[in-house]
Amino acid sequence: MRVVVGQGSCGIATGARKTADAFTRLIGEKGLSSVCVDLTGCVGACYLEPIVDIYGDDGALQVRYVRVQPGNAAAIVERHLAGGEIVEELAISPEDARFLKQQKRIVLQNCGVINPERIEDYRAAGGYEAAKKAITALTPIQVIEEIRTSGLRGRGGAGFPTWFKWNAARQSQAGQKYMVCNADEGDPGAFMDRSVLEGDPHSVLEGMLIGGYAIGASQGVIYVRAEYPLAIKRLEIAMEQAREEGFLGQNLFGTDFSFDIRIKAGAGAFVCGEETALIASLEGERGMPRLKPPFPAAKGFWQKPTNINNVETFANVPWILRNGGKAFAATGTGQSAGTKVFALAGKIQKGGLVEVPMGLPIRDVIFGIGGGIKDGKAFKAVQMGGPSGGCIPAGLADTAVDYESIPRTGAIVGSGGMIVMDEDTCMVDMARFFLDFTRKESCGKCNYCRIGTKRMLEILERITRGEGKDGDIELLEELAGKIKDGSLCGLGQTAPNPVLTTLRYFRSEYEDHIYRKKCTAHSCKALVRYEITEACKGCTLCAKHCPVGAIAGGVKERHVIDQTACIKCGKCMDSCKFAAILKD
Amino acid sequence: MARQDNCCCGQEAFAALSPVLEQYGTVPGSLITILQRAQDIYGYLSAESIRYIAGRTGIPAAKIYGVATFYTQFRLQPVGKHLIMLCKGTACHVNGADRIEEAITEELGITDGETTEDGMFTLNNVACLGCCSLAPVMMIRTGEGEETYGNLTGDTVRAILRDIRAKEGQV
Repeated sequence: MRVVVGQGSCGIATGARKTADAFTRLIGEKGLSSVCVDLTGCVGACYLEPIVDIYGDDGALQVRYVRVQPGNAAAIVERHLAGGEIVEELAISPEDARFLKQQKRIVLQNCGVINPERIEDYRAAGGYEAAKKAITALTPIQVIEEIRTSGLRGRGGAGFPTWFKWNAARQSQAGQKYMVCNADEGDPGAFMDRSVLEGDPHSVLEGMLIGGYAIGASQGVIYVRAEYPLAIKRLEIAMEQAREEGFLGQNLFGTDFSFDIRIKAGAGAFVCGEETALIASLEGERGMPRLKPPFPAAKGFWQKPTNINNVETFANVPWILRNGGKAFAATGTGQSAGTKVFALAGKIQKGGLVEVPMGLPIRDVIFGIGGGIKDGKAFKAVQMGGPSGGCIPAGLADTAVDYESIPRTGAIVGSGGMIVMDEDTCMVDMARFFLDFTRKESCGKCNYCRIGTKRMLEILERITRGEGKDGDIELLEELAGKIKDGSLCGLGQTAPNPVLTTLRYFRSEYEDHIYRKKCTAHSCKALVRYEITEACKGCTLCAKHCPVGAIAGGVKERHVIDQTACIKCGKCMDSCKFAAILKD
Repeated sequence: MARQDNCCCGQEAFAALSPVLEQYGTVPGSLITILQRAQDIYGYLSAESIRYIAGRTGIPAAKIYGVATFYTQFRLQPVGKHLIMLCKGTACHVNGADRIEEAITEELGITDGETTEDGMFTLNNVACLGCCSLAPVMMIRTGEGEETYGNLTGDTVRAILRDIRAKEGQV
């Protein structure tokens, strides 16, 4: 039997390593020599971590245990591994099992299944067969044609047809070309690339290998966030194994095609998601975008033809070559083929990674798979596309998730972050949050982006402080238009989107802040007011917790908050045992 | 992350960095890699280390400074023994990261970018740690490695910090 403990970053953060250690120790103590402890990447059900799968000797999954803390290991070892009985109270519920069953897995097919640190596992799942087929049996043009048939579009955010980029790079004449993988996942709220790199690194290497063959590159570079140490480690192990097995290096599969990959750790700059900025960073410079054309396909890394794709894009490629472009195109919608991985987070019941066919309504993702909103609150909006995207209101929850429908709402599919917001989320504050991010991450090259985002942020900060004034909304709209027009790269061109979409769907919230000095979500500190109601029993707890001594009242008397002294920290409300404190 | 506290005079102080420059000093496009290694060794990029790298690579110190200040990973000031990286990503923001920050500030008396007087803790707000379904999240990095803490509340973050203090023997 095999005990497989999910050890992606999320799993480890919830204690998966300690759980695995506990199993190893207990199995040793019991002398269960036929049981081994193994690791796998993240299956995507982050809310159930640490997850432990038990596989029988026939290789079939017997049961999946969830939220297995080190203290639970003893029960599983005693009763299941030694006694052959399933520990029902720790096993995944049918309801939670639906989280995975409702998905369609292409990119994540191996994540949470194979051991990412063992190339044999990847090969047993059909790994490197696609590369072999492409390199030994197909011409580069045939490979590109297969990708064209599949309809694969760039998963990093722009949704540009992959075959088109590959073909442009193939047609560029040069002695040296480069295949670059953009693993600088910068959208705060998206973590699918990290999960793929940690859970199935070979699929990305194989995708790059096939792409390298198609465009005629002999060198690949993976530009990965330095904040992802585990992803870097697993990539390094995978590359080493691929070299040993002859999948990277000279004269691959007995042909004259040679290809190798190296890792370059990024240093933290959101703008490096933009191709030309990424190339500048690869060259050791400040990551600032430049004017296109020339496109990287003509002049990229060290002025040589360069093709850049995102992690998820590459991870789709081996599947397409194995199963055919037509099979891929059969999933999803006409213009948006295949699946997309989304990172569900925010005020969602079941957070994690979900891979679904393109074209599924937002509602099915959030409610059908994600289980709806936490704590029984009302669904208000979902932010898609991160700081470059927009807020889609609950009223548009039937919008299909694909490259045609989402942009009509003012948001973008983006890299796949889906941040769910409930009634307690202030939309003006969300816009402020994203502007704060883009203002910090603007590289400073274009005046409109550098100064314009700062001016917009100042206005939003003023509004959330209760100092908004007549004309602010119009000024925001004017600045938004100018920043879009006056910026060179995607960062500036999309930076105003969170403001524009919240203005489009939640304009009344802006007006409430500005004219009524009210934050209806009770989120903006300066605009809330704490009141003690008649339910107060005079227990004095709130007065004891108040850090500024703003609460007065004797024992068994209704307390009162001195509004001029109150700093609105909310500690009184948190400490009250009688729900006698209201926020207005 | 070995730290050398007295690295202000003479090139011997950069003995640990020298092999890195042997390897990358003349390879085009390696500046970021060199700076990352330097920061791994010394914990931060001092003005002296930047000048030393400039001398060995021929890249002007002003340009190195430009690159170092462009990327959020690089620090120009020393950090405390425990580097608290508080996630301020979207999911963490929605789930109350601001209140976690307030709790840290109350407990340690430091704000974003500051270090406690005893050099024990530095607080750095970061854009996203990629553990969004555990929001709010922080990672604490020490010389020995890093530990991620999820589903934080004001109380749990205070308990974690007090626990570290206690283990450091200065309750």
